[in-house]
Amino acid sequence: MKKALVIAVLFVLCAATASARSQAFGDDIYSPGDLKPRDSVLKVKVGDMAPDFTLPSVSGGKVTLSDYRGRKNVVLSFVPAAWTPVCSDQWPGYNIIKDVFDSHDAILLGITVDSIPTLFAWTNQMGKLWFPVLSDFCPHGKVSSTLGILRSDCVSERALFVIDKKGIIRYIDVHDINKRPQLESLVKELEKLK
Amino acid sequence: MRKIILLSVLCLALAVGNVYAAQPKPIPGNALPDFTLPAPGSGSERSYLGLSGPFQVSNVKSDLVVIQIFSMYCPYCQKDAPNMNQLFSKIESDAATKGKIKIIGIGAGNSQMEVDTFRKRYNVAFPLLPDQDYKIHDIMGQPRTPFFVVVRTKPGKVVFTKLGAYDSPEEFFNALKAALKEAK
Repeated sequence: MKKALVIAVLFVLCAATASARSQAFGDDIYSPGDLKPRDSVLKVKVGDMAPDFTLPSVSGGKVTLSDYRGRKNVVLSFVPAAWTPVCSDQWPGYNIIKDVFDSHDAILLGITVDSIPTLFAWTNQMGKLWFPVLSDFCPHGKVSSTLGILRSDCVSERALFVIDKKGIIRYIDVHDINKRPQLESLVKELEKLK
Repeated sequence: MRKIILLSVLCLALAVGNVYAAQPKPIPGNALPDFTLPAPGSGSERSYLGLSGPFQVSNVKSDLVVIQIFSMYCPYCQKDAPNMNQLFSKIESDAATKGKIKIIGIGAGNSQMEVDTFRKRYNVAFPLLPDQDYKIHDIMGQPRTPFFVVVRTKPGKVVFTKLGAYDSPEEFFNALKAALKEAK
């Protein structure tokens, strides 16, 4: 009994990380430790036409970037990997600000290099998401690599791209992988689209 | 025993790797660790808490303070938000608790805009304050969210803590009423 208690206490100690983790994911979040903030070289820049892509969506079907051209501004949110601490809380935040995206005539596409079944299980823990979640799994990290945000360990950077209705990249934030980008910066960029 | 030592060493190594030094979670019966919160943003929040500038929890005008460590980004906190609103209504509409129990939400790692987004989305009527650099989250022992610390203001003592949401606002309300009685 005493032993079990000691082990339980140790586990609690082990679980401590710098980010506030939601209870929603229970003990299923893997801690990768502190990673090199950035580990790739961008292949696109602001002002470029965004390279087109088609990726499968967790909810079924495929999503093609150029389908939004002339209709919607697009925010691409790449997160490194399912079941990791910072990633697990970035999208649930975006999930409660659909009105902010709507008011700027923007759609959000969440993308990781994980497989569809993994993304399915992981995003289910976040509640119902209003935006498509896409899998850049096969061929592995192809879209991430085209943009120049595929890291040497084959996960993507934590990156935000804002693409306007003409398909032109207006904002790129390849963020420190260990930290969550602040909402303020993204909202400011969306406001500039008007 | 050997296994435990091995585990301890492993954990210690992991803990050292953390950016922020972990502090223990608040312990019931102990004094609440010292920290200063930023001045509440709105006039109604200031009058609810009975103060004007930056403050300590023990300065709040009430017998008990419920500190809710939450995040705009935490799905469980989002799910619990309507229950917290109901808890607030229950406290405010019961003569035995109104003015004697106050709630403060602290947004772990949240900026002012992120805290405001949460307030707006869920119509939160009690004060929500940002803890952008995780300073208070750190002092509270880096809990997962939501995490609750119930404090008796005079003196600033921890009454009880709770990791994770309550099943119902009634359950939380009853626990607070019992704590209020004990405080007398």
